[in-house]
Amino acid sequence: MPIIDLSENGLRHLNETLQSQAQGTNQQDWEIINPRGSHAIAVGLDAPINVTVAGSTGYYCGGMNKQASITVKGSVGPGVAENMMSGIVVVEGDASQYAGATGRGGMLVVRGNAASRCGISMKGIDIVVEGNIGHMSAFMAQRGNLVVLGDAGEALGDSLYEARLYVRGSVKSLGADCIEKEMRPEHLAQLAELLERAGTDADPASFRRYGSARQLYHFNVDNASAY
Amino acid sequence: MTDKPSKPPRTEPVQSATFTPAVNAEIRRAAATGIYDIRGGGTKRSVPHFDDLLFLGASISRYPLEGYREKCATNVTLGTRFAKKPIELDIPITIAGMSFGALSGQAKEALGRGATAAGTSTTTGDGGMTEEERGHSQLLVYQYLPSRYGMNPDDLRRCDAIEVVVGQGAKPGGGGMLLGQKISDRVAGMRDLPAGIDQRSACRHPDWTGPDDLEIKILELREITGWEKPIYVKVGGARPYFDTALAVKSGADVVVLDGMQGGTAATQDVFIEHVGIPILGCIRPAVQALQDLGMHRKVQLIVSGGIRNGADVAKALALGADAVSIGTAALIAIGDNDPRWEDDYQKLGTTAGAYDDWHEGMDPAGITTQDPKLAARLDPVIAGRQLANYLKVLTLEAQTIARACGKSHVHNLEPEDLCALTIEAAAMARVPLAGTDWIPGKGF
Repeated sequence: MPIIDLSENGLRHLNETLQSQAQGTNQQDWEIINPRGSHAIAVGLDAPINVTVAGSTGYYCGGMNKQASITVKGSVGPGVAENMMSGIVVVEGDASQYAGATGRGGMLVVRGNAASRCGISMKGIDIVVEGNIGHMSAFMAQRGNLVVLGDAGEALGDSLYEARLYVRGSVKSLGADCIEKEMRPEHLAQLAELLERAGTDADPASFRRYGSARQLYHFNVDNASAY
Repeated sequence: MTDKPSKPPRTEPVQSATFTPAVNAEIRRAAATGIYDIRGGGTKRSVPHFDDLLFLGASISRYPLEGYREKCATNVTLGTRFAKKPIELDIPITIAGMSFGALSGQAKEALGRGATAAGTSTTTGDGGMTEEERGHSQLLVYQYLPSRYGMNPDDLRRCDAIEVVVGQGAKPGGGGMLLGQKISDRVAGMRDLPAGIDQRSACRHPDWTGPDDLEIKILELREITGWEKPIYVKVGGARPYFDTALAVKSGADVVVLDGMQGGTAATQDVFIEHVGIPILGCIRPAVQALQDLGMHRKVQLIVSGGIRNGADVAKALALGADAVSIGTAALIAIGDNDPRWEDDYQKLGTTAGAYDDWHEGMDPAGITTQDPKLAARLDPVIAGRQLANYLKVLTLEAQTIARACGKSHVHNLEPEDLCALTIEAAAMARVPLAGTDWIPGKGF
């Protein structure tokens, strides 16, 4: 398995090498060593390759990922897997702010905790956080699923659109226009599929579902205090 | 016998200068509806503008270039600082970002056709990149906005430059707004939103705050695109010195500075008219910031907001900009607010020239709409030709002025070529009041 030493080869070499991998490449497995909190590691990948990052990263690890499977054996800075299109990013440690921001597809798994604004403006990505998430998570979330095994901070799902939020622990407070919704069989089935895909062991029946009350979809003077 | 007392003279009715009929009508409208006025376009009230500047022209101390014989170049290169592939424009006038969603597909195509014919670039908007504009724009700037609607790495790689939008002149500090009438199935699909809702897009980027983060965001964008694309940072005119300096610090190749006259598809009237400063007051502080950092002409400056004619272009360049950008003027060139649709404007309770309900999607000219019947009124080929013609006139006018000032390139115009008609303009543009050597705030 090729090993790219970030401290020796530099960021440009790393990303250029991984971005140039073709669709049918035989060289599927890659390891990045000495990440040392660098920013923009393994961004803009577009091939079905497996990338392991041996250590913690800075901002935007796995940004705009397509197809690739990226595993970080450490923690990640802000904006991990931002605007991901497809593929999977797994963080074995914790994630800082904006994890999975604006993601449009694929899956982000955080084995530890995620900080504030997890899943902000998400547009189709599936996010599974095994620990807790911070305040204002799923703010303006449009599409996709956010699954949290632990607790959620203040103002969960503020101003959200059609994203689905599943939380097993407590929710400190719900944001504007976010309400608890009935967990129907189709939701239990979807949640089971998400947990399985994330390699996470949890009972779907132990979660509660939250979503949009759809009261802010059209301007209404009586909702002025919520704007 | 006494005369019958005559009627005493009465005071003439006097309308208040503060509570004008228009002000009172707005108070009544607000009281009836409970919602602020939302409209398109830019500021409508009079603010200090380029009209308050004059060129001095050549005389005994300077000699002019011969019109039509001696060359006056207009080309500009954008993105020379870091990008492997800077953009080469034939003219220093670009088309500003306007979204598909706010505008019809036909209008976006027309802008692409016109810009390409004139040798310049056009820009996407808050709705992603459409085939209409990519296909018809030789040079396309892809906006990276807080909403990130439709954002994807493939479009990032097939654009010619990336514009990170921090703000716009019509609403510095404000987010986008697109009302349900214009959220057609296609628009909704591109934005990952339900059709027909009133869409509120964010005013802040979701995954960075402040210049230190922006520097890292720009690094990420460069890594995704192989350091090929020029990266612009667009800000609304508010604190131009500091915003320009911080954009440069963050790694921008180009700074785009949009004054308060810049248009919008839909924003609160109170925002349009009361937040931000005129472009006239933006350019010198921005140029000063670039000069203080040793970056003038190395990081290019594009300015916008109320550019209408070649004189405006020449004045902006003389104050130190590398290029200008037009939005509202481009829409007018392709047919917006054209009196030929007056009957339809009347039906909407307005008149040609005043129509600004761009958010409602009822545009008689077929430009700010998603209604297929209205949109079909705009022929993209004819409208594109009109825009190309207009851009050529702007260029010829700017060249005419530059030659008169003895300049062989429009970029050689300088503040020394200008004077001001008003003290306000003299202070903002930092050029002397006409006939004096007085620049308010300087000397004495």
